[in-house]
Amino acid sequence: MNLRRDVFQAIADPTRRSILLLLTTQAMSAGAIAVNFNTARPTVSKHLQILTACELLKPEQNGREIYYYLNLEKMKEVADFIEPFRKIWEKRFDKLESVMKNYKMK
Amino acid sequence: MEQKTKVNAQDDKQEIIITRLFDLPLEHLFKAYEEPELIEQWMETKVVKLENKKHGSYAFETSHNGQVVFRSNGTIHEFIPNVRITRTFEMEDTSFPVQLEYLEFEKIANSKSKLTMHIIFKSISDRNQLLQMPFAYGINQAHNRIQHLGTQLK
Repeated sequence: MNLRRDVFQAIADPTRRSILLLLTTQAMSAGAIAVNFNTARPTVSKHLQILTACELLKPEQNGREIYYYLNLEKMKEVADFIEPFRKIWEKRFDKLESVMKNYKMK
Repeated sequence: MEQKTKVNAQDDKQEIIITRLFDLPLEHLFKAYEEPELIEQWMETKVVKLENKKHGSYAFETSHNGQVVFRSNGTIHEFIPNVRITRTFEMEDTSFPVQLEYLEFEKIANSKSKLTMHIIFKSISDRNQLLQMPFAYGINQAHNRIQHLGTQLK
């Protein structure tokens, strides 16, 4: 399985993004997550499975329930995708700025 | 400090929006995109061809140690001085599909200007692939990458 690709597929789904947002405040059980959505419980379970498979969530047994935690390291990785790209443009535009500051308009 | 260059890539859209504020008059900013010798300086690439007009085209070529390492080209659809450039962009010898670029130039103050670069990709996955391989887009970075791979092989 190509996890890199799957992380993007995982966050491309609006329900899965909502689940991730929900878990930013606290870890929750599957049941507690499901009540926030108008979809069937198995659908929510499927989403949790996908998010767990690509390591965006970490499940932890807590008594009889499994609690889902956000894997912050992985989330950071998603945000970091843009940073190297941004830096390339930043460097290039800085160069443009310095070249043009020395340029005398004809 | 606020970042001068911002990149916005929404998960569910096949586009990237890059914005940059320059401490330059609008005319200077646009000039940097108009004159081949200026492009060569800030893009660090050779301008093989540049026709700044509707239906004109351009071609860039980057060499490293005498070897051409990166080639790109495209067609210009709109060229309105100090306002807008609309063009396609293609990286040669790669699997990346052609992309569409809208460059908008704006005056913010007498010596402040803004560039908004709106890039549209063939698909979300093409966009993501490019984001994951920024060195494919960056010309110098391509060298660094090759050098890095070279040192790893030793």
